[in-house]
Amino acid sequence: MNEIANIAIIVLILIGAFLSLVAAYGVIRLPDIYTRNHAASKSATLGVMSILLGTLLFFYVKDGFFNSRVLLGIVFVFMTSPVAGHLIARAAYNSGVKLWDKSVQDDLKQAPHIKQSGSKEH
Amino acid sequence: MAFQILLNVFLGFMWMFLTGSYEPVAFLKGYLFGLLIIFTFRRFFDSRFYLLRAVAVINLLFIFIKELILANIGVLKVLLKPKLDFRPGIFAYPTVLKEDWEIMVLSNLITLTPGTLVVDVSPDNKILYIHAIDIEDAKETIDSIKNTFEKAIMEVSR
Repeated sequence: MNEIANIAIIVLILIGAFLSLVAAYGVIRLPDIYTRNHAASKSATLGVMSILLGTLLFFYVKDGFFNSRVLLGIVFVFMTSPVAGHLIARAAYNSGVKLWDKSVQDDLKQAPHIKQSGSKEH
Repeated sequence: MAFQILLNVFLGFMWMFLTGSYEPVAFLKGYLFGLLIIFTFRRFFDSRFYLLRAVAVINLLFIFIKELILANIGVLKVLLKPKLDFRPGIFAYPTVLKEDWEIMVLSNLITLTPGTLVVDVSPDNKILYIHAIDIEDAKETIDSIKNTFEKAIMEVSR
């Protein structure tokens, strides 16, 4: 039982660290703010969540101590991180940051509530 | 729905007072009997039997976790490919959902879906503007996925 729990903890923390690394790599490699946002808001969420889950399991197995604050942290990260990604993308679009050159479609440009003259070079 | 839960809690307390034992187990027993009573009298309530809604909420939670894991695998595939040959774009998605919280849950789900990110919501809550990382092959699958999301959310709010 203890061995299985240990393996689960190791796997969770390694996956979390790997996903955080991938998120950082994606922020460096991807071409524009919107695609970077994909990497940052998805990989970082699951990475932090699985590191926290590993921490929770570790202290529960080692000391028998169930830390409910870590559980709350998982829930808060899960709820707030997509909203943060959405707000950053929206703020970028409204302040006129251009899409990547190879982008094929932009329906938002024709939307009636977007100011047409507001876009400028970034 | 909240009224049915409150009624069920009252029935649990009623059972505690009737039996004279003030233990959590007695409350639980009374709550289960109250659940049976509410199920029997479900035709007198306006909304559905509330346990069905609770099941729908749990179902939505599992969809969230599944999509989060799939989204990460999708981002990994895009990132670790040697060539950046995807074609991003923003497309408009008309939604049928009305309430603010439904739109919020739907856009969070879309943001956690593989390859999509909500950029803007139109002021009349009718259209979501979604940035897709690969617009060609994604379009149809995304629409089908989102029909299941919208269906799951409507299952909760019905």
